[in-house]
Amino acid sequence: MAGICSYGGYVPRYRLNRGVIFGAIGWVNAANIANARGEKAVANFDEDSITMAVAAGIDALGGIDRSKVDGVYFASSTLPYKERLNAGIVTGALGLEDQVRAADFTGGLKAGTTALLAALEGAESGRANNLLVTAADSRLGKPASPQEMIFGDAAAALLVGKEGVIAEFKDSYSVTYDFGDHYRGAHTKFDAQWEDRWIRDLGIDQFIPEAVNGLLRKTGLQVGDFAKVIYPVHYPAARKKLAKVLGIAPEAEQTNLQMEVGESGVAHSLVMFVHALEEAKPGDKILVVSYGSGCDALYFEVTEEIEKVRDGRGISAALANKAELDSYTKLLVWRNILPADFGKRSEEDHWTRFSAVWRIRKMLLGLYGGKCTECGTPQIPAQDICVNPECGAVGTQEPYRFSDKLGHIASFTGDNLAASPDPPAIYGQVEFEGGGKFMFDFTDCVLDELSPGMPVTMSFRRKYYDEARDISGYFWKAVPAKEVK
Amino acid sequence: MAEGIRDKVAVLGMGCTKFGERWEASAYNLMVEAFVDCLADAGIEKKEIQAAYLGTHFDEVNVSKGATPLSMTLRLPFIPVTRTENFCATATEAFRAACYSVAAGVYDIVLALGVEKLKDTGYGGLPDITSVDGFMTGCNATAPGAFAQLATAYHKKWGVSMETIKDAMAHISAKSHANGAMNPKAHLRRAVTEEQIKAAPMIAYPLGLFDCCGVSDGAAAAIVTTPEIARSLKPNQDMVKVKSLQVAVSSGEEAGYTAWDGAHFMTTRVAAAKAHEEAGIKNPREEISMMEVHDCFSITELVTMEDLHISPKGGACDDVLNGFYDLDGQVPCQVDGGLKCFGHPIGASGLRMIYAMYEQLLDRVPEERKVKNPRLGLTHNLGGTPAWNVCAISIIGKD
Repeated sequence: MAGICSYGGYVPRYRLNRGVIFGAIGWVNAANIANARGEKAVANFDEDSITMAVAAGIDALGGIDRSKVDGVYFASSTLPYKERLNAGIVTGALGLEDQVRAADFTGGLKAGTTALLAALEGAESGRANNLLVTAADSRLGKPASPQEMIFGDAAAALLVGKEGVIAEFKDSYSVTYDFGDHYRGAHTKFDAQWEDRWIRDLGIDQFIPEAVNGLLRKTGLQVGDFAKVIYPVHYPAARKKLAKVLGIAPEAEQTNLQMEVGESGVAHSLVMFVHALEEAKPGDKILVVSYGSGCDALYFEVTEEIEKVRDGRGISAALANKAELDSYTKLLVWRNILPADFGKRSEEDHWTRFSAVWRIRKMLLGLYGGKCTECGTPQIPAQDICVNPECGAVGTQEPYRFSDKLGHIASFTGDNLAASPDPPAIYGQVEFEGGGKFMFDFTDCVLDELSPGMPVTMSFRRKYYDEARDISGYFWKAVPAKEVK
Repeated sequence: MAEGIRDKVAVLGMGCTKFGERWEASAYNLMVEAFVDCLADAGIEKKEIQAAYLGTHFDEVNVSKGATPLSMTLRLPFIPVTRTENFCATATEAFRAACYSVAAGVYDIVLALGVEKLKDTGYGGLPDITSVDGFMTGCNATAPGAFAQLATAYHKKWGVSMETIKDAMAHISAKSHANGAMNPKAHLRRAVTEEQIKAAPMIAYPLGLFDCCGVSDGAAAAIVTTPEIARSLKPNQDMVKVKSLQVAVSSGEEAGYTAWDGAHFMTTRVAAAKAHEEAGIKNPREEISMMEVHDCFSITELVTMEDLHISPKGGACDDVLNGFYDLDGQVPCQVDGGLKCFGHPIGASGLRMIYAMYEQLLDRVPEERKVKNPRLGLTHNLGGTPAWNVCAISIIGKD
């Protein structure tokens, strides 16, 4: 029986205390004090839905032979590209084979569970195995809006297959409605929503019970049979009411992470699901419900195999890796809401030559270099002639992936002259264990905490955004780590 | 068997503009200024110049490509003119080409002129030259950030404390400011204390503002000829001859192979050893009279003192802090203020350094900034970054 074989999660390191937001701009909407509790996760300036999906995907693929992955389904309502397959970028960054099926799932917020259903049914059919479902969102609320407080950035990934299943997929029930509670037009930056009361009374109070009861009828189960029930509703009163109406026991209610992360859109029910799997016991039944333009309800049963993936992967570890974002204006500037002046140097124009991107795609996306078949030296980039001065063999480079290698800082600096959205620009030379070196931008770190020799892991990031041409360019950065898993 | 360049070429004349933020001057004005100065010193007429080399680096904000900017600006009469470009070694490459033309016996009198107009970008630091591939995979790096990493790597390699490295860096910059303050052609003419240097705003850790050289406009030129012609034209003047010209360019080993420690310049070590040999120098620490080195940043000058085989490896801080390279030290360095204070118009710097050595050798400088009895002067350019670069070294001297 098809099911979940592995899981991964990602929460960006920066957390913004909602009180900081309210302190800065609460004057616009005094009633927003009701939302000004807890923290929201904020993607760094070099992160977006693609990079977060990749991070979650890497987490889920830990210890798994990537050549065995048949497909990538990427769900998000904040896809960086309307045309150019976003899942294709994710596939390349994960270092998967070119011969995979990949698709973007988008639109309504239940796209994450719909992608999961497509993968589960694909695996169940026997025509595909090891499909990676990854979902990420980084939705924007207008400054001073409730959504700005409520939304948070996060990602989840689930590997779906029929071997080594940790949570069997038993059944599902879906409802779809054209329900404009939240909407964003094709040319609109910010989420817009209709009145809260209508969303609660009609959307949440009716659609979620309809999907849950539909599934219960289909399976003959009771809500009480489920060890965990997952439903992404951020309104505290509506959550209570639903729990009462559906009869969900307090211990079965999976936290929605509203105080720690915020609502992560398409990703959210999968983020909650991954979080639940981290604690799940064999035999647990889990009910996963999504919400947005209708609902999907999915029923899983945890197996004995769950113990095998309990190695620290998932949402909790990402949650624990946390740094306070002390400035509301950083959020505004990084999301291009507040046009800050980064100086003339920042205005130099560089345009992406897609023919060049294609030639170096393996390096750009998968951080592939080469390993010389003559002398065994790993090197990046993989040039035609081996870098080892004692070797110099021509045409002997075999693909060698650096993205999963541990590196160490050989030298570093923090550059205040470089135009960076978060000065100083920190970068330096990284030497990889096993050989190979390259100069990388560093991210998610503080200059004062760096020292030569410190270990670094590699992270796929948005290297640049070309506003004039609406191009997001990606490459890898080094993330200094005090402790390495 | 190749014999090298030693004593085959003489410097007949040199010229140099005032370096600085020359808002009033274009690259074309600067070329003329240096050329007129140079031609007057050489004591010849323009029509006697048989070939010319133009050194200029940033065609993006400067005179664009090719050699016509020089020939049309100086109104050179349909002679061979060629542009050289090799990062910060650009002007030394023009000089080298001119010297080789003479040494080969192809021409008798050849001009080398380097020029750079940097102050038309609207921002501080060097112009952006990010390449097509570079902006996709390269760091968001600037020159100070690339060179600053020498400090952390040097600290790791030799165990010298960051405090000692910073003390040495401050001494290096203070010394160059003191020298530059005395030089009317220098860009930055204010003496600063080591305390001021250490308290300056951070540009790229650990380099503060005063650890970084000036970004300047300027031009410098040389006219070279055979020793025989020089003797006949200037029978009553000391003759300055070329003793060595060496260039070493990275193979990519530093950037891509883990054997390199990031704390030294592989190119400089190679070029310096060859230059000393070509010039017949056995012990550079004793025999070199003075130097102009590539002090784009104070830390560059610090490690270069070792790479030129003058300070012991890992021991440059001691020499620097003991005043070995001060104007009254054993091997005065940056006697005209260096890149730090004389300024650094990329494509002119190599010839400016040779000019500084030349005026010392001919005893043309005022007493206050004079090197005692100079015999051999070494110049050193380093273009690129520590991880991949071009190094050019020239040694000129009088017998």
